[in-house]
Amino acid sequence: MPLNPPHLLVIAEHEQGQLKSATLAAVSCAQLICKASGGRFDILVLGHEIGSVAEALRKYGASQVLLADSAELQNPLADKSGDLISKQAQQSAATMVLAASSTFSKDILPRAAALLDAGMLTDVLAVAPEGDDYTFQRALYAGNVIATVTLDGPVKVFTVRASAFKAPLLNDQESPIAAVDVNAASLPDQIHFLSRDEKPSGRPDATEARIVVSGGRAMKNSEDFERLVGGLADVLGAAVGSSRALVDAGITPNALQIGQTGKVVAPDLYIGLGISGAIQHLAGMKDSKRIVAVNLDSEAPIFDVADYGLVGDVYQIVPELIEKLK
Amino acid sequence: MKFLVPLKRVFDPDTKIRLRVDGSGLETDGVKYSINPFDAIALEEALRVRDQHGTAEIVVVSIGASDCQEQLRAGLAMGADRALLIRHEAEIDSLAVAKILAAVFRREQPQVVLMGKQAIDDDSNQTGQMLAGLLGIGQATFISKLTLPVDSVWATCSRETDSGLESVKVSLPAVITADLRLNEPRYVTALGIMKAKKKPLEELTPAELGVDATSRTRTHKLALASKRSAGIRVHSVDELLQKLRDETLI
Repeated sequence: MPLNPPHLLVIAEHEQGQLKSATLAAVSCAQLICKASGGRFDILVLGHEIGSVAEALRKYGASQVLLADSAELQNPLADKSGDLISKQAQQSAATMVLAASSTFSKDILPRAAALLDAGMLTDVLAVAPEGDDYTFQRALYAGNVIATVTLDGPVKVFTVRASAFKAPLLNDQESPIAAVDVNAASLPDQIHFLSRDEKPSGRPDATEARIVVSGGRAMKNSEDFERLVGGLADVLGAAVGSSRALVDAGITPNALQIGQTGKVVAPDLYIGLGISGAIQHLAGMKDSKRIVAVNLDSEAPIFDVADYGLVGDVYQIVPELIEKLK
Repeated sequence: MKFLVPLKRVFDPDTKIRLRVDGSGLETDGVKYSINPFDAIALEEALRVRDQHGTAEIVVVSIGASDCQEQLRAGLAMGADRALLIRHEAEIDSLAVAKILAAVFRREQPQVVLMGKQAIDDDSNQTGQMLAGLLGIGQATFISKLTLPVDSVWATCSRETDSGLESVKVSLPAVITADLRLNEPRYVTALGIMKAKKKPLEELTPAELGVDATSRTRTHKLALASKRSAGIRVHSVDELLQKLRDETLI
């Protein structure tokens, strides 16, 4: 049975005036769905003075790049963004609303879904047309179970796991940019932004980097973490990550945590230093292309998933690695 | 101040996940259950605010079969004042849960819904945000710090985002979802368990709340994720670097 051509609305994410590259995974997913069923997609960018973000999204074959620019949208607050996304989805008669998984989209998209009376799926790994509907795959139970699910109703909302989708195809023709009217006075005003911590380092984000160096319980304090994990990351141009144990111990900030409740990463190379490999941590990195583990305990569970395991003390091995990579 | 704290009954976090041999779902034989850990953190935070304020009412609510009473009693033993069980046996998704909680909210009129940011079974991270959307009230998600003075009409929250901590102020009533670092939940004491037995636990159905709890999400198949197999052991830094260079990974 032929599918009704879907109309998708991709929500873009940006930070400090730069498009987050994870957004491209959602664009790629939209391209795949449109290719399979002849639909079209728009990309919606919300923010303030973000013309360059919209510009960067013109080359992927979207019917249009919708730009909602207002000083009220300077910071992504769920009440205002949820309202605008649901209204835009209604106005465009969107049948699917999607974004890349992140704390941004997880904060805002479920709210928009509720306003649309739409079901939602988080962290989708694959979408496939089936009959006149679509089936989705997503992970449950810290990545231990893969569920095949469908969503009833006229609108489907979902986030996609960025690592599960390849880069989108480039299109010859640039998409037009269309301004979305933002009536600032009519937006909800329940959440007020106060402040944000500056990014701790100039290192790339672990969800976007080709190499991630991650530290675990073997790191005794934040100075050692910075010297060993940070030091190795810097000679490799890599991002840094952390196990939950170090966050709990106050050695690393929460934003570095990789795992079921933190970030899910799938870089080309993941180097785990002194990480034992609790199941909740494995949920956040086991889809990495290559995994290297260095641990003093030869029985550590991380060796069960590591492509290259090296038994030894990170305090001896990591300085040697750094020295030889310089 | 009045708090509504939803508690989800989930597999204990240390459960080894198995499928039933006939493929009909997850094996539940011999599985221990607990309060979703993030929900326990939310309840702990409500208890701490009550301690600071000197007085507050804390209502815990769960949706599911009668065995959810076990988690509600555990919540009462931690210190909640009363419990509501919304009896619903079928598969239910986040939107349907949010609709039920919205009806409970209208009945109870709390100032704050404090709940876990996600359940560790379906890992969806949706219900709190959906509830806030349905009610048209504010939300603060993934919080690691809550400041809620007596008689305040605002809550100030530190949120854990991908790029670091963000501080927001949200007008009450609001839905606030707890991240891991908010607190460490207390253990239940024998005295707490004794007291919990006498606390009220009321049962309702979605129909009695006037809610259609039909799930839009339908699960067709569950499979264990493919396991990654162990690779090789290398015995020196030089050997490791050689392997990585051979694969042009570095």
